[in-house]
Amino acid sequence: MSFTTFLQQCLTGISLGGAYALIAIGYTLVYGILRLINFAHGDIFMMAGYFMIFAMASLPWYIAIVVVLIVTVLLGISIEHVAYRPLRNAPRMSVMISAIGVSYLLQNLATYLFTALPKGYPEIPFLKKIFQIGGLSASFVTFLTPVITLIVVYALITLIHKTKIGMAMRAVSKDYDTAALMGIKINRVITFTFAVGSLLAAIGSILYFTDRMTVFPFSGSLPGLKCFVAAVFGGIGSIPGAVIGGFILGLGETALVAMGYSTFSDAFTFVLLIVILLIKPTGLFGEKTTDKV
Amino acid sequence: MKNTKNNRTIKYKLYSLGALLVTLLILGFLQVNSSQYSYQISILERSAIYAVVAVSMNLLTGFTGLFSLGQAGFMAIGAYIVAILTIPVEQRASVYYVNGISPAIANLQCPFWLALIIAGLVAAGIAALMGIPVLRLKSDYLAIATLGFSEIIRAVIAAPQLDRITNGSYGLKSIPGFPNLFVAFGLCALCILLMVLLINSSYGRVFKAIREDEIAAQAMGLNLFRYKQMAFIISSFFTGIGGGLLAMFMRSIDSKTFSINLTYDILLIVVLGGIGSITGSVLGAFLVTAGREWLRFFDNPLYIGGIQIPLFRSGFRMVVFSILLMVVVLFYSRGIMGNNEFSWAGLGRLVKGIPDRFTKKKQKGDNTL
Repeated sequence: MSFTTFLQQCLTGISLGGAYALIAIGYTLVYGILRLINFAHGDIFMMAGYFMIFAMASLPWYIAIVVVLIVTVLLGISIEHVAYRPLRNAPRMSVMISAIGVSYLLQNLATYLFTALPKGYPEIPFLKKIFQIGGLSASFVTFLTPVITLIVVYALITLIHKTKIGMAMRAVSKDYDTAALMGIKINRVITFTFAVGSLLAAIGSILYFTDRMTVFPFSGSLPGLKCFVAAVFGGIGSIPGAVIGGFILGLGETALVAMGYSTFSDAFTFVLLIVILLIKPTGLFGEKTTDKV
Repeated sequence: MKNTKNNRTIKYKLYSLGALLVTLLILGFLQVNSSQYSYQISILERSAIYAVVAVSMNLLTGFTGLFSLGQAGFMAIGAYIVAILTIPVEQRASVYYVNGISPAIANLQCPFWLALIIAGLVAAGIAALMGIPVLRLKSDYLAIATLGFSEIIRAVIAAPQLDRITNGSYGLKSIPGFPNLFVAFGLCALCILLMVLLINSSYGRVFKAIREDEIAAQAMGLNLFRYKQMAFIISSFFTGIGGGLLAMFMRSIDSKTFSINLTYDILLIVVLGGIGSITGSVLGAFLVTAGREWLRFFDNPLYIGGIQIPLFRSGFRMVVFSILLMVVVLFYSRGIMGNNEFSWAGLGRLVKGIPDRFTKKKQKGDNTL
């Protein structure tokens, strides 16, 4: 493998990793606050892909993107409202099963509404422009994805550490009951968290699908699981952790594909998960927790 | 007093015997007219196989409190082993026509019952290895790790490196089916019976103790890891057999059959039937599998007064089905049976309770007026 091909693969990996990172943040935020693996997150991401197809059919791309972001956020919030809020005090397993149910529902709904056949993802002209740097050539979106990811992460960290709602989010994730006693409106914080998570999923979806070019009803389930793994790898609840996890996953997967083991590229994710759970169950940047009787 | 109690147990035993006889008669009837009722038979067989897997999942999730999502992986192991061991030798050339068959397994063949036992044992063996790292994890981490393992198993099966054994993405065909209905249902019933016996034994009580409170169970001197491992291995054993049965039922399998969605299907059966109830899981398996078929009319265009109702088209069935499941999860989180088991006395109370319920409702209505 020549050095240029190597760089080319790295670029692909980083770009994929950026999209993964954006989705992984959604998992990490929700898990940090609700202690819930939001199985439906991957399907929200998939639905955002479909929204884009329909928005682009009648609107110019800059309006379409805004519409997609808003609709996806609304979808995320309404899922939280309908499926998770009634189970606030139920055992954790019930909420998780409810999340699996929502994921199942979204997949079936997408199959019903849009058929199971892959649909072509619309091309946003400037994103698909081919760039050449030295021997490297890639579409603009490949360069853009990691940049957007880093900008978004910076904005998010600022939000969480510098604003009032961010402080509320941190408080709720530390201790749910105490935060409620301090007068934090838990439900509002949770809604906000879901909104942020879905927003990032929508951005990730635009970047991811522009590269993949097709959307089908199950195209969210595997990336969703992978991104959850990325979040666990980085330490659930930690945003930098999710980003690093996302990039490692993207790079590792691309490397496996480049080496010709593409059938194992999905399994790689789970090997990574099991290794990290064995060595450091709380993930790279996770906080240590102790069980009390 | 004692006498009446004895009488009652005898009465209930007679009821059970009667129910068993009726089931056997129905099976015999279906067996004789199997060509006429092949559709119904296939639904019932699938339900029975899902019931085995659902009960084994319940053993883990409902009775030991370990939320595992690895069912599809163990089913895949079981199914592939049964397929490899039972496909008739003379047909193997046509099954492995793309890549050829590895000489190690080319002439390996055994009767289906032995293949099923081997399938269960291999699944159990892999579970034993997997359990060492995985069972140290708790709740959702355990779920995601087992789910991961199940995906790894699927990837390994589909890997081109194993093409000459698993036939890669082409899958395996010409798997001999069940010789007759009694074998199919008998095997499923036997598996479930064995699990019931286990749950009612002292081991079953240990499992329940772990479910209720791990730390308390440990304080009582139970070796947590050993019993968790045991539950995991036994559950995987039966899941493997369930997978083998599924292979015999479907006659042709490929790695895509055993995706995460299969695990979710089983999970939904367990939830619908009631986590911690064996009869619930069995009931759930039959209801869910049959329900999918009953709801089939949602997929066909519906005309009312010559106007086509626009909602009814292909795929609507699954939407309705998933909404029903969400309703169960959100509003009847205990499922059909909660964690109770079926008993004739319970059924009697239920039947007697129905008129009471109506009168009570009336009284309530009167009060509000």
